[in-house]
Amino acid sequence: MIRVVLPYHLRNLSRVDGEVELEVDEPATVRSVLDALEARHPALRGTIRDHETMKRRPFVRFFVCKEDWSLEPPETPLPDVIVSGAEPFLIVGAMAGG
Amino acid sequence: MSKIRVLVGTKKGAFILTADGKRKDWKVSGPHFAGWEIYHLKGSPVDLNRIYASQTSGWFGQIIQRSDDGGRTWNTPGSSPDELKSPEGMPKGESNKFVYEGEAATHKWYDGSQHPWEFKRIWHLEPSLTDPDTAYAGAEDAAIFKTTNGGKTWKELPDLRKVKGNLWQPGAGGMAVHTILLDPKNAKRIYVAISAGGCFRTDDGGKTWRPITRGLKSPYELPDPDAEVGHCVHRIALHPSRPDVLFMQKHWDVLRSDNAGDQWNEVSGNLPTDFGFPIDVNFNEPETIYVVPITSDSLHYPPEGKLRVYRSKTGGNEWEALAKGLPQKDCYVNVLRDAMAVDSLDQCGIYFGTTGGQVYGSPDGGDTWNAIVQHLPPVYSVEVQTLP
Repeated sequence: MIRVVLPYHLRNLSRVDGEVELEVDEPATVRSVLDALEARHPALRGTIRDHETMKRRPFVRFFVCKEDWSLEPPETPLPDVIVSGAEPFLIVGAMAGG
Repeated sequence: MSKIRVLVGTKKGAFILTADGKRKDWKVSGPHFAGWEIYHLKGSPVDLNRIYASQTSGWFGQIIQRSDDGGRTWNTPGSSPDELKSPEGMPKGESNKFVYEGEAATHKWYDGSQHPWEFKRIWHLEPSLTDPDTAYAGAEDAAIFKTTNGGKTWKELPDLRKVKGNLWQPGAGGMAVHTILLDPKNAKRIYVAISAGGCFRTDDGGKTWRPITRGLKSPYELPDPDAEVGHCVHRIALHPSRPDVLFMQKHWDVLRSDNAGDQWNEVSGNLPTDFGFPIDVNFNEPETIYVVPITSDSLHYPPEGKLRVYRSKTGGNEWEALAKGLPQKDCYVNVLRDAMAVDSLDQCGIYFGTTGGQVYGSPDGGDTWNAIVQHLPPVYSVEVQTLP
């Protein structure tokens, strides 16, 4: 069970209260987590990554165990603590503005 | 008694203002989509409970929302997990997917170089006059999209961008299709306006388009007096009883056309300044029009710090200031192009919103004004529904 934490506005958009818990086939990767997330909450399609290119939107970032995984290849397997649900996979709106 | 529903898009959410036909006591609902930029909301004229909304964010991109109960609840069309599964099992969830058709194209950039088209957001939504599931969307970078399934999917009408699109250039606010007018007497005819692309018309339902800019003069921005595209058209308006008569607020100049845009003539007349953004037509008087003069392209606030709507009852040229109930000192707000609308009651109501967060309404065609709300976020758009 992988735990995903969404930023405030995406929680509202997908009507999620708290974390999203997802079953993802191993090896779980950033891509497969996002695939499963969008399958559960289709309203999120296009908000985290581009519909066509599947590239991460510029102001969205991914954090794994307090490390920025935004630039990791999407096929990189996630660490066991994420796969086991011990730690959440964080989707964060980049800090920007005043 | 009829009711009025005013749909307000702001920098930080949407608000819905409702009143009975007296238009005196208002209820405020919102913010809907709190924290998101709401460029525009508009209701279907054939299903008054059907409202489309454009929700955007610099972080998370474009969202299309739809209400089927007059704005009480909202959904992203086609994004239920049970809907629109692709053959691979993935949900399509494509209500926010706006993809330009054809080969990658370029338009003119601020510095005069060519720049690729990039989708940024939807500025304007225009529901069909006959089918609640059909609507048009005006995009930045400038293009027009159409849905025929209630917003679940959108497809570009690509030939608009073939009308010398390489010469279109963004204005200060970006390069967007910000105005879409549907001809109530000719289902094949649509008008669009783009800053700074110009004004265009299709007579075949969007298959082909042509510029309708003869008579527009933009000597500082466009030295070529015969330029067909590139004019900074801020807004156009028509009265449903006479769709061949168009009114325009250009960057500078207020104009009218009596032949569906084939020829424009300036009607700025005695306006204190002919720079401004919105223009609209009284529902009961097709020759009565409204503008909000703004000091200049460098000073986006009313002259002398006095907020005044100007009304012409002669279709232009002769204008009178309407100030009763509006702030007449220290007022430095702007009124954006999509932020004025009229209702269709016997005594026409006029509404507009400001960048200072006020929404003003006049229940008597502009003679007197009241602030319906005063402290909203900056207002991007105002639309009105007259309900039975």
